Amino acid sequence: MNINNFEDYEVEHVHRVYEHIAPHFSATRFKPWPIVESFLRNLPIGAVGLDIGCGNGKYFTVNPNVYIMGSDRSSNLVRIAHDRKSQDSLVADALDVPHPNSRFDFAISIAVIHHFSSPARRVASIRSILAALKPPSNDEHDGGKALIYVWALEQKNSRRGWGDGDPQDVFVPWVMSKRLPGSKNEADKHNRQTPEGCKADGDQGGKTHDEAKEGKDEKEGVTYQRYYHLYRSGELEADIASAGGIAIESGYEKDNWWAICAQR
Amino acid sequence: MKILTSNYITCAVKACKSSTLSFPLHFQDAELVQEEVDFNAEFIVGILPRIEWDALIVTAAELGFTNLPAQKPEPTEEAPLGEQVLKDLHKLLLETQVTEGKLVCGNCQHIYNIHQGIANFLLPNHLV
Ligand SMILES: [Zn+2]
Repeated sequence: MNINNFEDYEVEHVHRVYEHIAPHFSATRFKPWPIVESFLRNLPIGAVGLDIGCGNGKYFTVNPNVYIMGSDRSSNLVRIAHDRKSQDSLVADALDVPHPNSRFDFAISIAVIHHFSSPARRVASIRSILAALKPPSNDEHDGGKALIYVWALEQKNSRRGWGDGDPQDVFVPWVMSKRLPGSKNEADKHNRQTPEGCKADGDQGGKTHDEAKEGKDEKEGVTYQRYYHLYRSGELEADIASAGGIAIESGYEKDNWWAICAQR
Repeated sequence: MKILTSNYITCAVKACKSSTLSFPLHFQDAELVQEEVDFNAEFIVGILPRIEWDALIVTAAELGFTNLPAQKPEPTEEAPLGEQVLKDLHKLLLETQVTEGKLVCGNCQHIYNIHQGIANFLLPNHLV
């Protein structure tokens, strides 16, 4: 990948896209992932944590006995999160979070780190999450823990059908209907355009960089292209190690790799 | 932004994090509202040990609340915190919100704006 300025690239291919698709995106993001849910439910009463890249704040309501401060680059998504009136939310960059080091019992970062467009920036984002966690003391299990989710390259069973040997840096289109934002029927119409079919949520099949372009169609709406780095098996654990952390538990769930990590 | 949040916020500029001057950030021109939140006594008891009390006293004073005890209340099994103490903390930490205003870093003097209850910590390019 030949990118001169990774940050500018992400502004164009990640931040600007989410800012535009925020209401439509939010309308399709309401079901928490089971592993995220159980991670949050198992925290002690009064635990304090961060949701880095909180989007519409869909995890804020899972456990009312903990305190979560969610942050996101997209002020339009943070506005939706803030309107939940539960927990708290702010606008911040995941690489420059306004939080003191070593204070937090937990952190989650769900479907965020795969939007950073260089290995160094992905590792830096994990390093910043780890730095916020309470360091482990004598007992290695009493420090803060972070749960990280990223999209997997290995998703042969999904409609996208990616797997070994496919490009890891891709554009994934988001089709936003002009007429009925978030409408299932409207989104379904777009499925005809992709041979593999897709969920009725605006997420379309992936394309490599060369194929991707932002399109506009009078009838069908606007297509936005989001950049993703698709993680290979073992890559998330390796990035965590490069960031000075350790993966305590990790696995695969529905097209995603996840890991619970802590400071080493 | 809830007052509790300000106890977990510092300057977004990396070089400021090692400076004691960057925590807590300082409120200016703050407009407050009270918004009712379900009272959860166990949550307040659980979060109390996780609060930096000296920073909370600074923040509270900047917002006009000067009646916090100088020492953090330390409940014991024999003497748990009374309901009124917990309710007062709940009101200050969770129900008092800053809707408009500024947060200023005591180290680099950078100003972060709070608008409609949401603080914005995105940095201009030259500070990243
Ligand atoms: Zn500063």
